[in-house]
Amino acid sequence: MNLPFKPVILTTDALIFVLFAVVAISAWYISRHQHLLAPWKKVARSRSGMIAAVILLVFVTVGLLDSLHFRPVLPGDAAVGKANYAVDVMSVFDVIAAPLKRKQEKTYSAPLSAYLFAKETVELPDGSEARVFPRLTYGGAHLKDPATEQTPDIVKRIVAGVAIAALAWNILLLCVTFWLSHRHGHSVRDTWSAIWKGHTEMPWREMLVTNGVVFLVFVPMMVLSAGYHVLGTDKVGQDVFYLTLKSIRTGLVIGTLTTLVMLPFALLLGILAGYLRGWVDDIIQYLYTTLNSIPGVLLIAASVLILQGVIDRHQDWFQTASERADARLFLLCMILGVTSWTGLCRLLRGESLKLRELDYIQAARAFGVSDYRIITRHILPNVMHIVLIAIVMDFSGLILAEAVLSYVGVGVDPTMNSFGTMINSARMEMARDPMVWWSLASAFAFMLLLVLSANLFADAVRDAFDPRIRGRLASPGFLSKYLPATPGR
Amino acid sequence: MKGIITILALVLPASLGACSGPWNDPYPAQEAGKNILYSSFSERPKHLDPVQSYAENEAVFTAQIYMPPLQYHYLKRPYELTTLAATEVPKPTYYDAADRKLPETAGGAKVAYSVYEIHIQAGIMYQPHPAFAKDENGKYRYHQLKREDLKDVYELRDFKYTGTRELVADDYAFQIRRLAHPKLHSPIFGLISEYVVGLKDYAAKLQEATKAPSADGYLDLLQFPLDGVQVVDAHTYRIKLKGKYPQFVYWLAMPFFAPIPWEAERFYSQPGMSEGKNLSLDWYPVGTGAYMLTVNDPNRIMVMERNPNFAGEPYPSEGEDGDKAAGLLDDAGKMMPFIDKAVFSLEKESIPYWNKFLQGYYDASGITSDSFDQTVQITSSGDVTLADEMRKQDIVLQTSVATSVMYMGFNMIDPVVGGDSERTRKLRQAISIAVDQEEFISIFTNGRGIPGQGPIPPGIFGHREGLGEINPYVYDWVNSKPERKPIAFAKKLLAEAGYPNGIDKASGKPLVIYFDTTMSGVGGKSRIDWLTKQFQKIDLQLVVRNTDFNRFQDKIRKGTAQLFFFGWNADYPDPENFLFLLYGPQSRIKSGENAANYQNPEYDRMFERMQVMENGPERQALIDQMVEILRRDAPWVYMLYPKDYTLAHAWVYNRKPNKMANNGLKYQRIDPQLRQKKRAEWNHPVVWPIIVLLAVLALVLTPAVQSYRRRERAGGKLLPA
Amino acid sequence: MIAFLVRRILYAIPILIGVNVLTFLLFFIVNSPDDMARMQLGQKRVSDEAVVKWKQERGYDKPSFFDAQASGIRKITNTIFFEKSVPLFWFDFGRAEADGRDIAHEIRSRMWPSLAIALPVFIVGMLSYITFALLMAFFRATYIDIAGILLCIFAMSVSGLFYIIGGQYVISKLWNLVPISGYVGGLNAWKFLVLPVVIGIVGGVGASARWYRTIFIEEINRDYVRTARAKGLSEWRVLFRHVLHNAMIPILTGAVVAIPLLFLGSLITESFFSIPGLGSYTIDAISQQDFSVVRAMVFLGSVLYIIGLILTDISYTVADPRIRLQ
Repeated sequence: MNLPFKPVILTTDALIFVLFAVVAISAWYISRHQHLLAPWKKVARSRSGMIAAVILLVFVTVGLLDSLHFRPVLPGDAAVGKANYAVDVMSVFDVIAAPLKRKQEKTYSAPLSAYLFAKETVELPDGSEARVFPRLTYGGAHLKDPATEQTPDIVKRIVAGVAIAALAWNILLLCVTFWLSHRHGHSVRDTWSAIWKGHTEMPWREMLVTNGVVFLVFVPMMVLSAGYHVLGTDKVGQDVFYLTLKSIRTGLVIGTLTTLVMLPFALLLGILAGYLRGWVDDIIQYLYTTLNSIPGVLLIAASVLILQGVIDRHQDWFQTASERADARLFLLCMILGVTSWTGLCRLLRGESLKLRELDYIQAARAFGVSDYRIITRHILPNVMHIVLIAIVMDFSGLILAEAVLSYVGVGVDPTMNSFGTMINSARMEMARDPMVWWSLASAFAFMLLLVLSANLFADAVRDAFDPRIRGRLASPGFLSKYLPATPGR
Repeated sequence: MKGIITILALVLPASLGACSGPWNDPYPAQEAGKNILYSSFSERPKHLDPVQSYAENEAVFTAQIYMPPLQYHYLKRPYELTTLAATEVPKPTYYDAADRKLPETAGGAKVAYSVYEIHIQAGIMYQPHPAFAKDENGKYRYHQLKREDLKDVYELRDFKYTGTRELVADDYAFQIRRLAHPKLHSPIFGLISEYVVGLKDYAAKLQEATKAPSADGYLDLLQFPLDGVQVVDAHTYRIKLKGKYPQFVYWLAMPFFAPIPWEAERFYSQPGMSEGKNLSLDWYPVGTGAYMLTVNDPNRIMVMERNPNFAGEPYPSEGEDGDKAAGLLDDAGKMMPFIDKAVFSLEKESIPYWNKFLQGYYDASGITSDSFDQTVQITSSGDVTLADEMRKQDIVLQTSVATSVMYMGFNMIDPVVGGDSERTRKLRQAISIAVDQEEFISIFTNGRGIPGQGPIPPGIFGHREGLGEINPYVYDWVNSKPERKPIAFAKKLLAEAGYPNGIDKASGKPLVIYFDTTMSGVGGKSRIDWLTKQFQKIDLQLVVRNTDFNRFQDKIRKGTAQLFFFGWNADYPDPENFLFLLYGPQSRIKSGENAANYQNPEYDRMFERMQVMENGPERQALIDQMVEILRRDAPWVYMLYPKDYTLAHAWVYNRKPNKMANNGLKYQRIDPQLRQKKRAEWNHPVVWPIIVLLAVLALVLTPAVQSYRRRERAGGKLLPA
Repeated sequence: MIAFLVRRILYAIPILIGVNVLTFLLFFIVNSPDDMARMQLGQKRVSDEAVVKWKQERGYDKPSFFDAQASGIRKITNTIFFEKSVPLFWFDFGRAEADGRDIAHEIRSRMWPSLAIALPVFIVGMLSYITFALLMAFFRATYIDIAGILLCIFAMSVSGLFYIIGGQYVISKLWNLVPISGYVGGLNAWKFLVLPVVIGIVGGVGASARWYRTIFIEEINRDYVRTARAKGLSEWRVLFRHVLHNAMIPILTGAVVAIPLLFLGSLITESFFSIPGLGSYTIDAISQQDFSVVRAMVFLGSVLYIIGLILTDISYTVADPRIRLQ
């Protein structure tokens, strides 16, 4: 059978699916237990938290779409009888953004420009030569005379985009209103006014407005990108908007999978050390003090280079460049995870030490309940909130760390799109005269938006679960192990 | 509160303004207006000892300090050797196995030995150095030091006395012996010991001698004569080589053959000198050149000052066409050096470096900086004129063809792309067509390069350009200029090779080419993206295998790479130095320099003949044949011949890029007054944003303070917790 | 107290051995001695003999951990690991592979520029974060507080690289206020230090100020503060006399661990500003794969970290006499 594509599940894809499943199952589980649901309800009431959540949702959607990979079939010989699949792996997001990916110019062009950024000597039809800004192959190619037509055309497209955005937002608005009124059994009119007066339990007004803003910004951008490069093109003429969106997945993967990797270590070792004490505690403490005392960047650099060597020695493991790059990304997550479990581990150890002395656990021990049972039934559930807070708080730090590591040259594979690689190649463009600012600006804006909303959301989660943990987790230095850019380190 | 801010706003600019000149001047105020050249270095030089120094960033220093017998003419192109310490460029005399003198035109096979007799000028003096210092009795002051004597010595400056002496032929002979020193690793020892008579045995002898215990561990090379080098009189010495090696004369222009006084070796080898104090030739070189290294703090700054014992050298009075118009001959005949002092500051990141250049704090851009090329858009695409902003600052751009070639090599022992078969040849030719050098040059090198047509770059004997001189397997000659063959043609070649539409006919699978690289820094990603795009044009799938430097070298050495990007800078301007890169016995898997592992018996035979020929029509004809073989076999994609370029401010004179000679410092002249004026003009401090910032801060805080006051007055009502 | 110190120092030894084994393993897998030799000997014209000679001279031709040929204690001591890592314990760092220069000498001279940046960032930073946090706590729940928190979160969300790139561009290039990069010794260094120090402080404001604010607010909500207020003390006095005093304990003890590490400098700031400190030394060593320097820096880092831990413990007792060191 000749499928038009061959699904590819990269390592990180698989883990993302696992993570997604875990999140879904926990959500389902939590929704059935009131005491677990209560803090989440508190999160849901936080205005900044929910605004951030809406934005994060957009990022996550892009990231998930970008995680469904496949290899398209090559237009090969039908005579051979079996399909051949391309070597480059595509994702569903690539299909959606196919026009952006395909429309590659020669080199730099400014946002929304119809011309290349630099003058070139071209041959005129009459054989003479002139130095002009050449037209782009794709961007604004539909314009006959950009000087007069471009601005009206852009305005037209923006208006169309705004109109579509408004329409979409209105539909969303109606859906939400009807759904809420149906759910709470109020009239549509009451629900409507409750939303806009901010009387709903969840901050629906803020969420909807955020959503509206997201629509208003992105829909016109999408409409525009049909005919232009909204954020310009980079050195080899790739659309910066596309590159930026592609970077999101990398950021999300590093932010989430790293924690996923380190969790088993931190949970197991931390609880064991705190609960069992004695020599187990000594060994585990020794382990994390040793790991901690090696300057983080050196540890990460060495590990990345080693695993890089492993990848190089086993070329046959990977069929495509994406698989190689993905393996490196996965290994980077592993390394960051292995080198960063110590902070959480220490915290969990402390908490378990405390829990262990509680009366009911002492009683359970006296009754001869097995250690395994005590840990799984009593200790683990009671430290989960710390774990959760650690997950959301590490997330943003890890995205920032990726940028720095890529700068040092031990980050993701250079062929992979990420904020780090974008900044790395774009920072040199600052020195150009005239300056090429758009790559850096896009990376900055999108990264800021992602990290900012992650931070805001993390704040809301922490406030809901354990506001007192703030100091211990967010103390300066907790993450600075990966952040050599923070001076003083 | 407000008061404080007002005071700050007044005091801050005033206190900063107190220091004269621009605020952002990174140099000490007392240096203003002095005849000092400012430049930079990006990596600390590893070796300044001429036995070991080979890298270009080291040559920036060593070339000013040491005085090998010969140098390259500063202005003439193609490159030409001229005298430096020698009185004339030596001509070899040939002898056969029975020690009979042969005519100059003798063929390579007959020649058993060639002898170079070098005369050096009398009266050249060494720079002041403590190694030469003698006391009243004529004894060396610092040759019998004990560890305790060095207690308060941290730098060379801490020695109170210095001395000097005349340069003699013995010093040259001494340095050639040092090439075989067991403690020093000369990168050219392997090559040179093939030629210099007795050098290999000499190294073995020295190795043996180090095993025997000596009083102070000092290996005195003066005790061990070397057959191949004979000192005739105080200013004459002879080097005896095996066979005929016409390229040897070029080595005489490199620091490897510069003089080293035995006093220096003796001085630095005393106990306690190099341990912990870095007092060694690698750190404090001793030479007779125009400049001497006076400050060596490679973490921050290196300073070279005029050697007071340097007698001077006239500025060349002839040059290439156009040099006169460019003002490069204005100083003809004047005594060099012109600049008193050159300050090199450490600058690792390109952006600060570039911005400082634009602010006038560096006089000229470095030619050797790689990242600079990608960093800075100094010209518009595909053209060599400066951007308008820079022309406004009177910055001058000069380009000249470099003696380098950049290429993409196929590993010729790889079963897919390598080997001598019609299939792989066509595949390589197709790829050569698909990879668009012109686009590469315009995107990645600021247009400063010439598309490669073969292994020999312009400016080297054997390179041909002009009418119809193209690589006929990649280009067509259309309308009196080269035009890249169409992609359709490449696809046709590919189909003929058995890969129609990039699908391997035999297996039905798409053909995948693996590209090995170490590109990880800035611009790495865009290059990889670009290359992938080139292969896509002919439906080939390119997989980039990115790795670290060691792994990459390892692959090249083991011959497990498939396709890779390499470059070669000439050691000397002779076609041999390029064509040997594809000479079979030089294969990398046999630890040679032929990274493509190309092997073609016919070519190898021709190479051996060409190697010992003098430049002339006969040699040209032979080279033409060899180049034709290389073009057809296409073991390389001949990417480009990069152009050297230099950017300089209007106050710098006599600058001309010269890839072969690094001793350009003595030729340059600056106008410090103009520089000072321009710097002041370009660097007006802008203070208002700071004041605005403080004002905004005050504005933000005022209402809060007021509301607090009101509350306090209202009876200390509590703020919500 | 002395018994405590001795115990802690003895405890440090297995940790340092662990660190040594780990770095040794990691970097020897990355770089075999052959790789190191080739890396250091350069790219052009490297013969196999030169590689062998290089290894011999530096003792890299020995077995890594265990020498089966040797006898007795030599089985262990005649190895690369033993010869290269044991001298570290008496701070004999040896020479750099890359240029044969003395590492201890280098560390001594590079320490000062690193400190010249790290110390002002630390001290001025602490002071300004505390001031900022105090201000937020003082005006808590007003627009200043909310704006302050938002500012902090915003500052945290910007990558450190942007601060450096942006700072250099705006302050040095557009406004011509200070030199873009460089360093001189002595008092004239201030010109070069202003910008990296300001950027350092701004870069750290988000996380620190927010954390300090939490500590202050926590302290404000305690009973004794209410009592103090009830006595009629003004808000300023309450804050400065009581809250600040008590809140300083967690702040200072938390900061003590970082003090010894200040010596190590910052990797990226130093290389952007061409500061010849230990941070840029480390970065160079990584990129040149100079194992000797990396090993020395890792060792030094671990030692300083352990000192930091001990200092933290001591500072607890100083801050709170009820705590006894055992």
